[in-house]
Amino acid sequence: MQSFDAIIIGGGTNGLAAAGRLAKSGRKLLVLEASSITGGGAQTHEFAPGFKTSSVAHLLNMFDPRVEQGLDLGRHGLAYAATSIATTALSASGDHLVLEGSYGERVLGSFSNSDRASWTALRSKLLRFAALLRPLKDMTPPQLAGGKQNDVMKLARLGLNARMMGRSDLREFMRMILINVADVLNDEIADDRLKGVVAFDTVLGAHMGPRSPNSLLLLYNRLASEAAGATASLALPKGGMGSVPASMFAAVRSLGVEIRTNAKVKSVLIEGDRAAGVILQNGEQIRARSVVSAINPKTAFLDLIGPRHLDTETVRRARNVRMRGNACKLHLALRSAPDFKGANLATRLVIAPSINSVELAFNAAKYGAFSEHPVMEIMLPSAIETGHAPSGQHVVSAIVQFAPYALKQGWKTGRAAFLDRILKTLETYAPGIGALVTHCELLTPVDLEERYGFIGGNWHHGELAAEQMLFVRPMPGVANYETPISGFYLASAGSHPGGGISGAAGWNAAERIIQVEARA
Amino acid sequence: MSDPRLHFEKPLLTSAFYERTAALNKLNSWGPWAGYTTALAFEDEAMEHTAIRNQATVYDLSPMIKYRITGSEAAAYLNRLMIRNAEKLKVGQVHYTAWCDEHGKLLDDGTLFRHGESEYLLCCQERHLPWLLDSAIGFDVSVADVTGEIAALSLQGPCSCAVLKQAGFAKAAGLKPFQMAEFAFGTAGTLTISRTGFTGDLGYEIWTTPDRALELWDLLFEAGSLYGIRAIGTSALNAARIEAGFIITNMDFISAEQAVRNDRARSPFEMGLDWMIDFNKGHFNGRRALLDEKSRNTSKWALVGLDIDGNIPAEHALVYHDKKHEAGHITASIWSPTVKRTIALATLERPYHAAKSNNLWVEIYALRELQYHKLMVRARVTERPFFNPPRRRATPPADF
Repeated sequence: MQSFDAIIIGGGTNGLAAAGRLAKSGRKLLVLEASSITGGGAQTHEFAPGFKTSSVAHLLNMFDPRVEQGLDLGRHGLAYAATSIATTALSASGDHLVLEGSYGERVLGSFSNSDRASWTALRSKLLRFAALLRPLKDMTPPQLAGGKQNDVMKLARLGLNARMMGRSDLREFMRMILINVADVLNDEIADDRLKGVVAFDTVLGAHMGPRSPNSLLLLYNRLASEAAGATASLALPKGGMGSVPASMFAAVRSLGVEIRTNAKVKSVLIEGDRAAGVILQNGEQIRARSVVSAINPKTAFLDLIGPRHLDTETVRRARNVRMRGNACKLHLALRSAPDFKGANLATRLVIAPSINSVELAFNAAKYGAFSEHPVMEIMLPSAIETGHAPSGQHVVSAIVQFAPYALKQGWKTGRAAFLDRILKTLETYAPGIGALVTHCELLTPVDLEERYGFIGGNWHHGELAAEQMLFVRPMPGVANYETPISGFYLASAGSHPGGGISGAAGWNAAERIIQVEARA
Repeated sequence: MSDPRLHFEKPLLTSAFYERTAALNKLNSWGPWAGYTTALAFEDEAMEHTAIRNQATVYDLSPMIKYRITGSEAAAYLNRLMIRNAEKLKVGQVHYTAWCDEHGKLLDDGTLFRHGESEYLLCCQERHLPWLLDSAIGFDVSVADVTGEIAALSLQGPCSCAVLKQAGFAKAAGLKPFQMAEFAFGTAGTLTISRTGFTGDLGYEIWTTPDRALELWDLLFEAGSLYGIRAIGTSALNAARIEAGFIITNMDFISAEQAVRNDRARSPFEMGLDWMIDFNKGHFNGRRALLDEKSRNTSKWALVGLDIDGNIPAEHALVYHDKKHEAGHITASIWSPTVKRTIALATLERPYHAAKSNNLWVEIYALRELQYHKLMVRARVTERPFFNPPRRRATPPADF
């Protein structure tokens, strides 16, 4: 029987990143992907004849440079259709605000001088604090209990850097670390368009409104990330998001990694309280020295390992990891270009006219309803490069919030009703857009769960929130990528530092595995 | 009392035997036990204890927490839950068991009755339904609190078998320790008799339903009239269980679920329960932590029996090594009328339980007419049980 050093369950970006890192250490690897294609939620699919769109994420903004450079993805086909994509904060009146460069480095449009000065100061402060936190993303989360082999040097450097900022910056950092984004914005900025777009970016993918406690942490996470070599910036991979895993696939294959698709793992084989391999849905058994789960941690513990190999507390914790998804993905095929009242279609278009618009949109989600006036981020990849739609026609790809997974009325009837709300909102900002639609696809959180295994429709595989971050991500006791089952590791977005098309969790997990196995 | 909002008007429930126990309770001495009021003593604590060792006694154990565990995977479920192997427990048998949290610290101990291939009854000191239900996730099993559905009496003492025979349960004489069987009861139906108890003596526990509780009580007292049968309260039972060396959750150790202080939780190794652990049965709660404790020899405490000079019970006294270094504390102590010496259960820091046990002292504050007299008396680690009569195991038991 064939045997591997490690089997990676799940061929998403984190699974491929972990595979790449482990393969570079000379290990013999097998990646098992349940669906017919690797990439997980990072896909490009054709939703109408001739119309292609990124399936979930449609922008790259937190791609781990260790993955991009370490796997030499440029040589394996990763290229960008656009980098440093600007953001247009849409205004219903057509008085848009455009944020250019690294997170609003330059602001164009009618923007008061006082706001310009305050934004420059606030932005620079946020970026400075985000940079301070940045090294945490590349680390195994520090463990609070004694004797846990923390990376003391890196932690000490982090502490030193914080101290080096000086007393007033350190005090400000501590004041703001667990604050909410709405308070920060209202303290500094008057412009509703700018506040709306920052508030929107903060809570994108979260079960939070801008006023929810600790929300600013999520903005730090975004600002501490990079795409195509630029910090806090947006990039569109050539050919849509599917190109990212495609290049990763090619890269790990060139490193000798074996990848099997349509290979759904039923359970992890456990012998003598150690992971010894996997058992596939078809009964096939494959052995390996270690097994790495790059799928949802809840699924990993409750289905692949199963409660009888775990202590009751672990089962409780796994069941209680919060995974409330609130985002729908909308795809529209348009027969011609829409007009967002003059907005540049090659930018990211955001409908979030104020903090309150985002907060009110979230309010509904708290009570199991979708937003009456949803907020959204819109991309028209067809306005940036060809190949997404037939010539002259266009694709709209939008992430729309808030639409709770556990919708009270159910998504059977909710889908059409929410789509109606979205289209009405779009009509306000781009009059006549409805008439251009030739085809339409709305993926609800339930669809995202079914298609990509995002339990609860949450693309972070566990909400990213202060109480589920760092040493408690995905849950206490397993944040260092190790689990109670020796030889069984976690490497999905559910682990630190969380989701987004990043590969960081997979890369960190691989580093940890190499470290642990070197000790053994 | 049908309105649950009025629960505060009667905070303690009464057991199905209350009509009889209340009538007999000349001292009107009651205490709470798991939400029920229970007799601490009826007439004379010393006479009640004497009856346990010389006659036949009846103790109402209905308030004991009882869970019925049923389902095709009941055995597998219990094996994941308990440190002992529940699969090895045969139908019609009972065993003592305990269970731990993920850190290998004791949550509770109890007795497990296997009524069928897929039906068990778990009796224990504390309530654990949320824990038992969460532990059932992933198993085809159901767990129900049946405390109120079962009325039970503990019939203990050298004459207990004779009383059972007199009461018409002749075949109970064939029960070996930790066996149980069903018996025809009165004009209709059955009851269960198990050869179990908490006294370390010959004894049985008799299980019926609340509606037939008084019928059972009257049957036993009529049958036992010539055997000196008498009702006993918790105080006498407690003395007997100390003589037998039995521990009680939250008296001799704190359940890990309730312990607030970091160092209060105890592992089975630290409470002398490690003999029950079956590391080879597959995973169970706390297994990894217990294996680690075993392999790295990190147990900090040890439960011991102490023989103490003099005749002053040393309840909750501190134990010293060489009269100077604090070595542990006593959790239960009596002057034992049966063995005629002061005995105690103590938790000692290792290695004062063994290698350094030759110079132990107990600091007793004896209250004499409103004044404490501080005593420093010698203590010696001794075997448990302190009292272990052959009649406890003899089958069939003699009539006495």
